[in-house]
Amino acid sequence: MARRDTPEINAGSMADIAFLLLIFFLVTTTMDVDTGISRKLPEKQPEDIVPPVLKEKNVFEVNINRNNEILVEGDQFMKVDQLREAAMKFIDNGGGKDADGNDCTWCKGDKDLTSSDHPKKAIISLQSDRGTSYATYIAVQNELVGAYTVLRNRYANEKFGKDFDRLSNEQQKVIQTDIYPQIISEAEPTK
Amino acid sequence: MSKFQKKKKGMPGISTASLPDIVFMLLFFFMVTTVMRETTLKVQFKLPQATEVKKLEKKSLVSYIYVGKAKDLPGDQIQLNDRISSVKDVKTFIFGERATRKEEDIPYLTTSIKADMEANVGTITDIKIELRDINALKINYSTRKGSALDNIKN
Repeated sequence: MARRDTPEINAGSMADIAFLLLIFFLVTTTMDVDTGISRKLPEKQPEDIVPPVLKEKNVFEVNINRNNEILVEGDQFMKVDQLREAAMKFIDNGGGKDADGNDCTWCKGDKDLTSSDHPKKAIISLQSDRGTSYATYIAVQNELVGAYTVLRNRYANEKFGKDFDRLSNEQQKVIQTDIYPQIISEAEPTK
Repeated sequence: MSKFQKKKKGMPGISTASLPDIVFMLLFFFMVTTVMRETTLKVQFKLPQATEVKKLEKKSLVSYIYVGKAKDLPGDQIQLNDRISSVKDVKTFIFGERATRKEEDIPYLTTSIKADMEANVGTITDIKIELRDINALKINYSTRKGSALDNIKN
């Protein structure tokens, strides 16, 4: 008799309770993915190191002053949107030979003797001021990295018929080290 | 017995018996994916935009440094963990972060710098010098996805 009298627990409100919890988690969930520009800092150099001698034509100098104005190669004022093209022109010039004496067969630049010899030798040097705004700094970095991305994609499409991002790790590595290595050097900012 | 035989004729109502199951399924999904914010932000920042962005993977291997404006303090402020700190504390902060990770993961630790658009490059450089000194070389400038040209309004 007692068994029959035990009433079933009313589960009708279960849905309400679950909904309440669901709404709580829905509201607190943040699904943001962190994105950003990845860079690797140079290792700490010993004090007495002798910097390697570079030819001036192999260095693409970018200066940003405290008024967020950009000076390229010491004599041209540029807006950020012109920077990518200028950097590409410099990297892709291929006017000479690399350290092993090989020509840059994949370069499509002007082969200008006064610009960079080879993408492996081309160095982008970036110097900013302490007072430069972070937004400008990021924009410039973005354009410089973008120049490499465009060139790498172009090469990847010609050689493999795919974008750089879709290549296998080995293929990416070859491009990163032997075809268009990304050499961006940052000087200490001026005070 | 007649109680049970009182059946209505016509369309039966839709059974809602499985509703709790469905809701629970959704609930578990959101419970699992939810990440509660670990730090309360003391500084305000608006991230710059960039196009050449990479996704930060392995969130457990990322430590965050926030740079932005604080309410009552002038200039750029650096926030580490829950406190506003100075550049000198960056080293201690990274050592602390390393201590909580497995030893073999330490070379893969990335420092994500979340800085305000109007911050000065000088502040960021100071942080970078500190990071370089203790060999925390992988960094990531946190940005939103968007055109970098929107950062600068000429």
